[in-house]
Amino acid sequence: MSDIPISVKNLGKKYLLRHTSGGGHKKYTALRDVLTEAALAPFRGLRRRFGKGAEDSARAGSNSREEFWALKDVSFDIKRGESVGIIGRNGAGKSTLLKLLSRITEPTTGRIELEGKVASLLEVGTGFHPELTGRENIYLNGAILGMKRTEIKAKFDEIVAFAEVEKFLDTPVKHYSSGMYVRLAFAVAAHLEPDVLIVDEVLAVGDSEFQKKCLGKMQSVSEKEGRTVLFVSHNMQAIRQMCRRVIFLKQGKMVYEGDPHAAISAYLGKGVDAESHASIDLIDYPRTRPPEGAFLKRVRFADGRGQPASCVRLSDVLEVEMDFLAKKPLRHFNLSMAVIHGEGLRVFSEAYSDQHDLPDLTLGEYTLRFHVPMRFFKMESYFLSLTLVDNGTCIDSVEGLLMPEIVDENPNLPMESQRWGVLRVPVAWDLIKPVTNQTINEGTHR
Amino acid sequence: MSRLIIESGHTERQYWHDLWRYRELFYVLAWRDVSVKYKQTAVGVLWAIIQPLLTTLIFTFIFGRLAQMPSDGVPYPLWVFAATLPWQFFAASLAAASQSLVTNSNLISKVYFPRMIVPASAVVTSMVDFLISFGLFLLMMAWYHYVPTWRLIAVPFLMLLAFLSALGPGLLITALNVKYRDFRYIIPFMIQLGVYISPVGWASTMIHDKFPGWTWLYSLNPMVGVIDGFRWALLDGKGGISLPSFVQSLAVTVFLVLLGVWYFRKTERTFADII
Repeated sequence: MSDIPISVKNLGKKYLLRHTSGGGHKKYTALRDVLTEAALAPFRGLRRRFGKGAEDSARAGSNSREEFWALKDVSFDIKRGESVGIIGRNGAGKSTLLKLLSRITEPTTGRIELEGKVASLLEVGTGFHPELTGRENIYLNGAILGMKRTEIKAKFDEIVAFAEVEKFLDTPVKHYSSGMYVRLAFAVAAHLEPDVLIVDEVLAVGDSEFQKKCLGKMQSVSEKEGRTVLFVSHNMQAIRQMCRRVIFLKQGKMVYEGDPHAAISAYLGKGVDAESHASIDLIDYPRTRPPEGAFLKRVRFADGRGQPASCVRLSDVLEVEMDFLAKKPLRHFNLSMAVIHGEGLRVFSEAYSDQHDLPDLTLGEYTLRFHVPMRFFKMESYFLSLTLVDNGTCIDSVEGLLMPEIVDENPNLPMESQRWGVLRVPVAWDLIKPVTNQTINEGTHR
Repeated sequence: MSRLIIESGHTERQYWHDLWRYRELFYVLAWRDVSVKYKQTAVGVLWAIIQPLLTTLIFTFIFGRLAQMPSDGVPYPLWVFAATLPWQFFAASLAAASQSLVTNSNLISKVYFPRMIVPASAVVTSMVDFLISFGLFLLMMAWYHYVPTWRLIAVPFLMLLAFLSALGPGLLITALNVKYRDFRYIIPFMIQLGVYISPVGWASTMIHDKFPGWTWLYSLNPMVGVIDGFRWALLDGKGGISLPSFVQSLAVTVFLVLLGVWYFRKTERTFADII
């Protein structure tokens, strides 16, 4: 038995992205598309030869495959009993790394060596079936996570107690509240006894009381039982509490490995070049139609203290600054912005004209700046759309600009996954107690 | 403690060993499908009875009464039912297996296990339906005072054959379905056609007699062997089984299983990336 249960060398994972004209990419194909593609291919060549195909070949180009390295040249060793955190922005390769380590997908390059029994928890309640009862789901989920029936039987009571669902054991889980569901799911996973436990962001769910319980359980798994834990989270508090070592991934590469504090501050944008995400070049940015007379050149995000920001905190005021070029004089110039939630819901929009008169602009390059307080946002993805208007007509418009990632270190935030909606408005609560006789008496005495 | 090495192209070096190690997951997934199926449908078990009964009734009417097809002296309902049993098992298994990966995509993208467990376990539900129908068949035999013979012992073997007949194309289509989602439309069509090119409502002997030159083409259908076999086993050797035709069906089945396993194994490691 060696001291290094996980050893990763030059690990890389390449995906082929198929771009469709909609801008998104779908993973599976319809056979229909393959067949029509094949049938049309000879004609495309012909048309191009006769000079009519410029537009077509451009479209064919946008429908082509693009290589994308979700993870590249990642190497590290993890010692027995160590708990290691993995942090990074969405799309940095964290989940891909965990999927490779869990054998769900195969690496393109490099090599992983694993020793002992590996259990991975990439999702809470994988395979839970809503029609089955709590009891049945414990057996189902346990088996999916790799437990033997006898093992589950032996730990059954412990699992039920941990999840606090004794009364509802024989109720189908479709009738469970989301809290109960998550508790039950985590309870099964917490009673796995692997040598290596791989956990992805599962603590983002459940109430804070239960989160603490889960964190405690994971800590005892690594510290008392000497198991190795690999842990992805956006919750920096949890990372600090759990991990002695942190791996910081960025755009598929490992940019830092070591001390949690250094890694976290690098991640929050104090060190390591935050600039690359904080600025988006709009000259070649895809648009639904070409600009007329003026176009947006660049948009920059800053954290309100003048620093370029790829992440902002809830307490920050996001500063958005954009450059645009007027190639002709603009009459009654206006610019509107809209914020769209990651799931597509339009959150709010504002225009320059809401607060100012519409100016006339001469030729030249302009910069416009606005500030957005972040305190109402949730820790989710939001997109920004910008539209330039000349005399009531839209002359340039860009959509789907990813806003800086919203992070926070405050461990006492309400559990967002349990709150629906696209914003989080901290309302002020007041509980007014009923007036009892005693207080009335006290009142009259006074 | 064993050390597992994961490299491109070498991921499943111990695949068959893993398949055995994960057998509990197979049982559990099969049990899940069965228990969910009978929980969800209001008629539940009744469905497994109504389906073959109605098919038998309609086929008896169309082929037995309207078309006056010969049934080798066996009561026509029994004649049809003996073929409906394996046919419905095959059709349901094929449909379940070929949809299985996409239906279980949440598992595929979140947990490792040998993926072949999924289509294999999907077939078990049809097995339960088969057993219920089989009970019904025995009752019907008693009703017609038809006594089964020693040939009945061939039924488990024929079941295995029916299972393999569904598994081969099932593996192939479920794997293709991950990448090309339009394969799901092919299955209902195949099943619809299949019932006419398989000897469900009529006897293989009719093909052998009327189109002797085309028997080889007819026997490319793996279900020809299975259905002829079932009639032979349940109806006292009747139904016109022919050994060359049976062997040919068997060979096609084996070929399809090998093809299915090969393609499934080849594409398996990309399932999680594209599902």
